[in-house]
Amino acid sequence: MYRQGLYPIIRKCASAKGIFDITVLCPEAAELAEPGQFAQLLAPSHFLRRPISICQIDKAAGTLRLVFEVRGEGTAELAELNVGDNLDMIAPLGKGFTKVPGKAVCVGGGIGVPPMLGIASLYGEDAAAISGFRNAAAAILQEDFKALGCRTVLCTDDGSAGVHGFVTTALEEHLQSEKPDIIYACGPMVMLKAVAGIAEKYGVRCQVSLEQRMACGVGACLGCAAKIERDGKEIFAHVCKDGPVFDAKEVCFNG
Amino acid sequence: MADLKVSLAGVEFNNPIIPASGTYGYGREYECLYPLSRLGGISVKGTTLHERAGNIPPRIAETPMGMLNSVGLQNGGSDKFISYELPNLATKGTRIIANIAGSTVEECAELAAKLNGTAVDMIELNISCPNVKQGGAAFGTDCNVAGAVTKAVRDASDKPLMVKLSPNVTSIVDIAKSVEANGADAVSLINTLLGMRIDIKTRRPVLHNNVGGLSGPAVFPVAVRMVWQVAGAIKIPVCGMGGVSTAEDAIEIMMAGASAVQVGAAIFRDPYAPVKIIDGMNEWLDKNGIKSVTEIIGAVKPY
Repeated sequence: MYRQGLYPIIRKCASAKGIFDITVLCPEAAELAEPGQFAQLLAPSHFLRRPISICQIDKAAGTLRLVFEVRGEGTAELAELNVGDNLDMIAPLGKGFTKVPGKAVCVGGGIGVPPMLGIASLYGEDAAAISGFRNAAAAILQEDFKALGCRTVLCTDDGSAGVHGFVTTALEEHLQSEKPDIIYACGPMVMLKAVAGIAEKYGVRCQVSLEQRMACGVGACLGCAAKIERDGKEIFAHVCKDGPVFDAKEVCFNG
Repeated sequence: MADLKVSLAGVEFNNPIIPASGTYGYGREYECLYPLSRLGGISVKGTTLHERAGNIPPRIAETPMGMLNSVGLQNGGSDKFISYELPNLATKGTRIIANIAGSTVEECAELAAKLNGTAVDMIELNISCPNVKQGGAAFGTDCNVAGAVTKAVRDASDKPLMVKLSPNVTSIVDIAKSVEANGADAVSLINTLLGMRIDIKTRRPVLHNNVGGLSGPAVFPVAVRMVWQVAGAIKIPVCGMGGVSTAEDAIEIMMAGASAVQVGAAIFRDPYAPVKIIDGMNEWLDKNGIKSVTEIIGAVKPY
């Protein structure tokens, strides 16, 4: 179940360079939304919509927070929208993360960090957020995780903030001292593959959020295929409807 | 309120707007927005005799005012269509066009025969899919083969038969004449135009299939031209499609000679596109004092 409409942007924050942070007033969509789902945003001068993960859901306020990176002309056009402008949005879409009882580790890489905030909010102090960025200037959302009560581990590729190194190293260190009930991950495919491998090694359930070039966003066009293994058979599932969140064990990371 | 009813190959549609095959699934993904009975009909996802996995992703590339796709006819096969999708769709109060494709002439005929006696209102034989290695456009780019597969399906089926034509040919008029001569009750056109995009950073094609079908507003003028040429050359009706995004586009392609209109890629941009087009056509007809939409079919006054 999703909605499409023109929804006003009620907040826009400066974030890291090239990262935009907007909050949209859309009570009908916010009411339906779950962490890990996404929205399809229309950049008026481009033909296809841009799939953007939902960062935070506030059902009481009727808002969705979307944090996205300018990657091309379409996202650059979206980034020019300001408070008071209407955003043409289809949301919420796809299958989000599954909440399980107990503790969670949320592993995000770069622009894969925003959807981690949504699922971390369901765990609060029972979640650890391990986030990786290129450098200190690219780091986002760390205060937001702390505000939820989450323990945070910040990793940067160049060591300019937090731990010098990859999220996978930090994840393994974390797992050596504490076994969570689930690991959530979103980020580059190479990171997801490594996280899935670590989760398997430590016997922890793991859900990953995938990306793919997409058209309809609702499961009709079958464009955004992702190879998964289900019931012993490799099939093409679809990121927009069967995902974006998949059980890591199902995902064929080698294509 | 103008009369929006149209007739295509003996089948009456409440209005001329039909979501195109492969852009609307079987309607399930859109009925949370509006009842499917608002639509003239639905051309369902291309169905093959057996399940097909589809092509390796990426399958989608954006283009200026359009897109490329190389989905490769991923579908659950004819048994799943007949037992699972069709009973559901038959309760929705809209016309059902079964879009079918096969790797061989025999397979097309066998599939068509399986639909005899079902709730399907019309068959749309796809001889123009650019994204599969066998069948597909290989059928639709040769007059003799196009005629032979049309005849085989016509002989096997008790349903009205529409044949979906490829624009990737020297003369679409010759293909249309051939399928007409072999028993087609209507033709639909255009399927996508074969295209390609390359990522200059990686030097890789954007699509894993290297090439794919171009659709969206970018192809609309080509569609109008081909509908006009074909409608002027054959007696059976034409279902027009290719980049139709607005009510004005639908009116334009009908003026070129289309008796009904399929809407495809526009739905990806705006899932309400089909109903907005229907409402917009009605308004336009009322404003122009035209009582029936059938009055605009082929109404172009060429120089």
